[in-house]
Amino acid sequence: MKKLLLIPILLLRLITQSALLALNQIWVNKTRSILTTLGIIIGVSSVSAVIAAMSGMNNKIMENFETFGTKKIFLWPQRPDSGSKKNLDWWQIRFKEEEFEDMLEYCPSVEFRSFVSDGRNLPARADDTTVEAVRLNGVETHWFDIENREIMMGRPFSHLDETQGRKVCIISKQLRDKLKMDRECLGQTITFGHHMFLVVGLLEEKPGMMFDEGNRDNLEAYIPFKTMRKINNNRWFSVIASCKSTDVAEEAKAEIQFFLRRTRKIRPGEPDTFRVMVMENEIKQVMKVFGMISMVAFGIVSISLLVGGVGIMNIMLVSVSERTREIGLRKAVGARPSAILTQFLVEAVVLCLIGGCIGLFLGHGLAVTISKVVPMMESTRIPLWAVLLSFGFSALVGIVFGMFPAIKAARLNPIDALRHE
Amino acid sequence: MIQQSNKPVIRIKNLTRTYKIGTESVHALRGVDLEVCQNEYVAVMGHSGSGKSTLMNLLGCLDMANAGEYELNGIMTTRMSAASLAHVRNQQIGFVFQSFELLPRMTAQKNVELPLIYSEMPFWKRRKLAKQALERVGLGARIDHKPNQLSGGEKQRVAVARALVSSPSILLADEPTGNLDSKTSASIMQLFEQLYAEGQTIIMVTHESDIAAHARRVVRMRDGQIVSDLPIEQDPVNTHNQGPEEAPQ
Repeated sequence: MKKLLLIPILLLRLITQSALLALNQIWVNKTRSILTTLGIIIGVSSVSAVIAAMSGMNNKIMENFETFGTKKIFLWPQRPDSGSKKNLDWWQIRFKEEEFEDMLEYCPSVEFRSFVSDGRNLPARADDTTVEAVRLNGVETHWFDIENREIMMGRPFSHLDETQGRKVCIISKQLRDKLKMDRECLGQTITFGHHMFLVVGLLEEKPGMMFDEGNRDNLEAYIPFKTMRKINNNRWFSVIASCKSTDVAEEAKAEIQFFLRRTRKIRPGEPDTFRVMVMENEIKQVMKVFGMISMVAFGIVSISLLVGGVGIMNIMLVSVSERTREIGLRKAVGARPSAILTQFLVEAVVLCLIGGCIGLFLGHGLAVTISKVVPMMESTRIPLWAVLLSFGFSALVGIVFGMFPAIKAARLNPIDALRHE
Repeated sequence: MIQQSNKPVIRIKNLTRTYKIGTESVHALRGVDLEVCQNEYVAVMGHSGSGKSTLMNLLGCLDMANAGEYELNGIMTTRMSAASLAHVRNQQIGFVFQSFELLPRMTAQKNVELPLIYSEMPFWKRRKLAKQALERVGLGARIDHKPNQLSGGEKQRVAVARALVSSPSILLADEPTGNLDSKTSASIMQLFEQLYAEGQTIIMVTHESDIAAHARRVVRMRDGQIVSDLPIEQDPVNTHNQGPEEAPQ
């Protein structure tokens, strides 16, 4: 039992001794060691920089989804690809308001629901200022909850606004400024097309999304859904909903599907005449693709680590052959083959770990540079797991590529080794 | 056979070693019998190719015999694994080589500690023993010098200290004065004399008669066999009656 406990201690001592020896050996051959580890340095720095960039991008995308809303569910009519309804025209498959009447009662996982009419571009005028095209959307008041758009001033649509189709609107700050209205614009009027609307609310600016810098000055105004139906004879609309949490996204989708099939009287076996798109699923899909891209990028840069490993193997072979006499002597004074093996293996691993360390610093520098240069990736950092992975990988490369030279050294015949010139 | 009151340290029976070089077999040792007792001082002499180096390698457990038995200090070394042989070398044998074989980047102290590292001794003990060994060979003041700061004689003293540090049962010296001038050789021989006086068993391979003359027993080899094994008083080395085989090569 006591002997069994001694084994790890002895092993630890053997490894520390070998590590000290290896450091000494590396110190003696500074230039050569650094040149040798260059492969590892480049490999680790590129791997860690790629991981950092990828995780930075990942964070950015997640952040975007977060602001866009991960709980959103989109519903729109769609002609099925097969079945008896595949030749129906849009008029026949369009949503009807009554189909959604009891949706929230029948779909317990759904939190909010709002009709969304097709947007319409109309000229807008306030006093003497005219703006050519403003996108007018007919929505219900829960739309602001689902879209996470805060009304910073004024109020959302009231029940009366919605049921009577009052001509009230909620506008964005950009539109207010474009129309040169007062800061306190509530109670003033804007004319969209031929209809005059009362401004009842002001929306917080839409948080910036990736890739949509060009849409920043998209001017939008929102009016009650019913009002939109009154001033516009377009009967087409879609529905946006939100689930209570991202965990029940799947359930919400199933409930909606079940509910709509019933209200739209789709017989069992017939395909849906609508689409339900759950944001959460889309995010997962995007993340899956993104993960795959990351893996491919990671794999490609890992090849450089492999090349670095070959460099390590090469220099270890050189080291073994130029230290053959030393190996012979060590064996003569009683070094077991395993001790020689450990010595050279540890040397290779230490070499790789040093390379990994330098590589991580360089990779960190690269990551910081990326985050400074590319505005989209300001959160580019090397995550802790990547640091650990880099070290693990470096050690692994050292073990794998150091093994052959180490075995060669361990197998040397002491007499031949001592006679080696 | 010289009869010593002590028990034998080395007992060799019919030791045979054949090398294969291409298709040809070289019979380096053809059945050698030898017994060396504690505190003997033996010189092994012979031409190159006589098998003395092969015998030395076998005695030092650096090589394995094809046939025969080798018992070192009661340990049967024949057919041992490489790891066990390493252990035997570490515990039982001290080597002194012609070309010193010191590790150039290590201090004398570190060089001497080397065998103890492989016997898994704690560093404070190693340090103490190495220092003692260096003092024993008269290098107490040079323990922190590296080999390139030492003279040839001093290097060989460090090598001797390294051989002695693990208190081996035999000290094997392979042409210990081969790379030294005569004055330094004499001082190394004096050191050997001192060690012998302290009870160390020494086996030394040499082809120089004046070096062999320091031993107490001379084993002469030719063609892989022992041709004579006599106490120094009876050996021609001492009587200055050198045959052709003792001529330096």
